[in-house]
Amino acid sequence: MKERRSIGVATVVVAALAFSWLVSAQGLWQSFLRALFPAQPVVLMPRDTLAAFVLQHLALVGISSALTIAVGIPLGIFVTRRSGREFRGLVVAATDLGQTFPPVAVLALAMPVLGFGFWPTVMALFIYGMFPVVSGAISGIESVPKAVLEAAEGMGMSPWQVLLRVELPLAARVILSGVRTSVAINIGTATVGAAIGTGGLGVPIIGGLAVQNMAYVLEGAIPAALLAVLADAALAQVEAAVTVQEAAAG
Amino acid sequence: MIRLEDVTRRYGDKTAVDSLSLEVAEGEVCVLIGPSGCGKTTTLRMINRLIEPTSGHIFVGDRDILSMPAEELRRGLGYVIQSIGLFPHLDVAANICVVPRLLGWEKQRMAERVDELLALVGLDPAAYRHKYPRQLSGGEAQRVGVARALAADPPVLLMDEPFGAVDPLNRERLQAEFARIQRELKKTVIFVTHDIDEAIRLADKVAIMRDGKLQQFNTPEEVLNHPANKFVHDFVGADRALKRLVRVRVADVMRSPVTVLADADPISLQEAAGRRRFAYVVQPDGRLLGWLDTRSLAEGTRPAAAMTQMDVAEASVRPDDSLRDALSRMLGLGFRSIAVTDKNDVLLGEVTFAAVEDVMTEGDEHVSNQPTEAPE
Repeated sequence: MKERRSIGVATVVVAALAFSWLVSAQGLWQSFLRALFPAQPVVLMPRDTLAAFVLQHLALVGISSALTIAVGIPLGIFVTRRSGREFRGLVVAATDLGQTFPPVAVLALAMPVLGFGFWPTVMALFIYGMFPVVSGAISGIESVPKAVLEAAEGMGMSPWQVLLRVELPLAARVILSGVRTSVAINIGTATVGAAIGTGGLGVPIIGGLAVQNMAYVLEGAIPAALLAVLADAALAQVEAAVTVQEAAAG
Repeated sequence: MIRLEDVTRRYGDKTAVDSLSLEVAEGEVCVLIGPSGCGKTTTLRMINRLIEPTSGHIFVGDRDILSMPAEELRRGLGYVIQSIGLFPHLDVAANICVVPRLLGWEKQRMAERVDELLALVGLDPAAYRHKYPRQLSGGEAQRVGVARALAADPPVLLMDEPFGAVDPLNRERLQAEFARIQRELKKTVIFVTHDIDEAIRLADKVAIMRDGKLQQFNTPEEVLNHPANKFVHDFVGADRALKRLVRVRVADVMRSPVTVLADADPISLQEAAGRRRFAYVVQPDGRLLGWLDTRSLAEGTRPAAAMTQMDVAEASVRPDDSLRDALSRMLGLGFRSIAVTDKNDVLLGEVTFAAVEDVMTEGDEHVSNQPTEAPE
């Protein structure tokens, strides 16, 4: 079991290294895209290197996902507490709405307040990715068997001890799968930020659409897709790490 | 040790527990029993404040439980529930140590306590301490549940239908083990069940409830012999004489048997025969082999040759078994008496049908003076 886990981690590390090498290999992309689109005079967006786009993208995703997680998980936990239960419906409805509301519209609405650039996009992504995190936290905590909670309370654990020693360990897996979904969505959605000049892998995609250069579009889309797969695999390892005990017990 | 004074719990206009007063002495097992919805579980859960009473007072020791922090109270009350509620992410040892950890025990002391408790509940510490709840059978899990409740050696145990979810065979085994552990530890126990046989078997005092009201609170013998009202009478059932047998252990009524050694001379055989017709044939170390009818013995035969061999495990009972077990074994085998052996098949005594009959009729004769509470 332990062995299989370390193989999994090693695979993710190797894949991450391979990805970083790939996106910094400017020449390789050049010849690859040239082969696909021989008619295009320029196949790589000249504004920045691919590696720079990827780093911008990672910053965007990293910061917005961190905010989503930092707010979403406590919010999900709060509405499962006795004191927060009455807000459960409201919070679920609001985060659900956040996901149905198009991120581009959020950008448009946020721009007058936050201006162009990085922060409106972070805000749009923060709102958009909230729903899976919050609902993951809620359903994770609500999946803890009632008998286990009764035993914990009956043995004299304080509400905090019940949360930290019983509910969170048992809910960790479901909470993390919500995080995984949110991050994967975020990586794809973060490309819209380019529309208001945020940078990231959306720049070649949107730029390519504007000038009808499909090579640009692929330059942004392929790394974005690979990044989503890679992030998902990495989070899957985290998920396996927190559930390894239970799996061993099964 | 535990005293309820005029305790009432209302939910809206429904009264779950209606001015209940009850006193349980130290070291006693008090069984709360009644049909579902009678308020027995609500009563139990008020004692550890999982439910707060609407009015009235509850004392544990000398302290009014409402005057102390609920968490502190609960750490001093072992709690066992039907669904067990073992923590699936912790192994058996960590499950047992939940309360000791809350109390800040040292690692070494916890490890020793785990082994001690596993042995007490009949599980091999080496084999079980690192198992996870999912790897346990229902009976094993409930044993761990009991061990967990006993971990910090609380003076009081609260048990909410602890054996309700295990199969009948395992339930009897768990009941017998609980009785043994209780004889050893002498905890003050509040035990909720809806199974009258279980109540009679385990209780020092039975509290029979209906619609939140106490119907009768007394010893099982009293409840069986003198039901306070029609409800209790019907609840206890028509087979009261048989139920009485559950209260008596084989060890209490067994008499010493006539034995002969398997390789004894025919002479001593004749001596044995002088007293009773049937004799048990044993080995020199006391292990039971079979029985023989001394009257139909031919002169000069040795017991080993003349005896009827017995499947000892089938045809004997243990000192801790109840008289009802002994009776059902006798009826099954068609014998008028049955051998009592220890776990190594060593003969300890015998129980006769006549002794069982005595116990069955006993209760009808003497009338107790103890008052019984019977509202209505």
